Amino acid sequence: MNDTTLWALVLVIGIATFLIRYSFIYLVGRTGDLPPRLERALAFVPPAVFAALVVPEFVSYDGVLHVAPDQLGAGIAAALVAWYTENMFATILAGMLALWTLRFLV
Amino acid sequence: MNVPDTTEFRRGARAVLPLVPAIGGFGLVVGVAAGNAGFSLAQAVGLSVFVFAGASQLATIELVDAGSPVAVVVLTAVVINLRMMMYSASIASYFDALAERWRAGIAYLLTDQAYALSISHYGDDPPSDPRGYYLGVALPLWIVWQIATVAGLLAGAGIPDEWGVTFAVPLVFLALLVPAMKDRPSTLAAAVGGGVAALGAGLPLNLGLLLGAVLGVTAALTIGGGDA
Repeated sequence: MNDTTLWALVLVIGIATFLIRYSFIYLVGRTGDLPPRLERALAFVPPAVFAALVVPEFVSYDGVLHVAPDQLGAGIAAALVAWYTENMFATILAGMLALWTLRFLV
Repeated sequence: MNVPDTTEFRRGARAVLPLVPAIGGFGLVVGVAAGNAGFSLAQAVGLSVFVFAGASQLATIELVDAGSPVAVVVLTAVVINLRMMMYSASIASYFDALAERWRAGIAYLLTDQAYALSISHYGDDPPSDPRGYYLGVALPLWIVWQIATVAGLLAGAGIPDEWGVTFAVPLVFLALLVPAMKDRPSTLAAAVGGGVAALGAGLPLNLGLLLGAVLGVTAALTIGGGDA
């Protein structure tokens, strides 16, 4: 790929990505509220997306089942800490310490 | 209200601090990959500044390196970034009273982490100026990302993989996930979202994530009774 094409590619992807990010922020700023049904659906985006970002780090399937035992163990430890403390820093600390313990010491 | 709330900004910056090594590590990887694929320093910086989205940048670099057609590269990057349309819709109402230029800037800085931390922080009781916290999260991420991609390209080296610094990213989402599962439909959204994403991990274009999110929301609304 020559330099001009590569720059054009970078710009097109950049503009498209910005338009995706701006889409509803722009629309809601212009028109006010979203339809109530859509509002209700959007309330479930955080739990669905957070879980979709997290679970494949522990268990995933691509024709074969992959389990990452050290990450899964660390994830369980972190989830327990998150449940009891609801503290971000404590959760990350517990998860990283558990990961290093399982990876280097066990 | 021309200057964002500085107390909230600091709160956001503190919340994002544990993510700095992880985002820095990811940025290094992207910088190294860009260098290996023959991107010049200016082109790598251009990609990080104009696109500012790690997974799609990495996919773009790999596809360019493999000599894929331009249309395939663009389509791949767009599909990988489509999830951010959901974030845009989900967070839009907090910024609806702002001037257009603020909303455009906020949109430009929208990432998984900025969305996740901010939407969890706002909850049912958002601060009077939601810009502060959001920018406190998003701006440090932007700066770390730019420095890390440049450093990766120039130095061509990263932190050893086995330290697992990037593992802090899923831990952050996990810490946000637990309190987000506050009732039956939201717990179902998480179970279906996580399950589908895990089963779809082998799908191209990061589609497992998108599919998991959409089906998780659908499940919460239908069998979860969340549409009542």
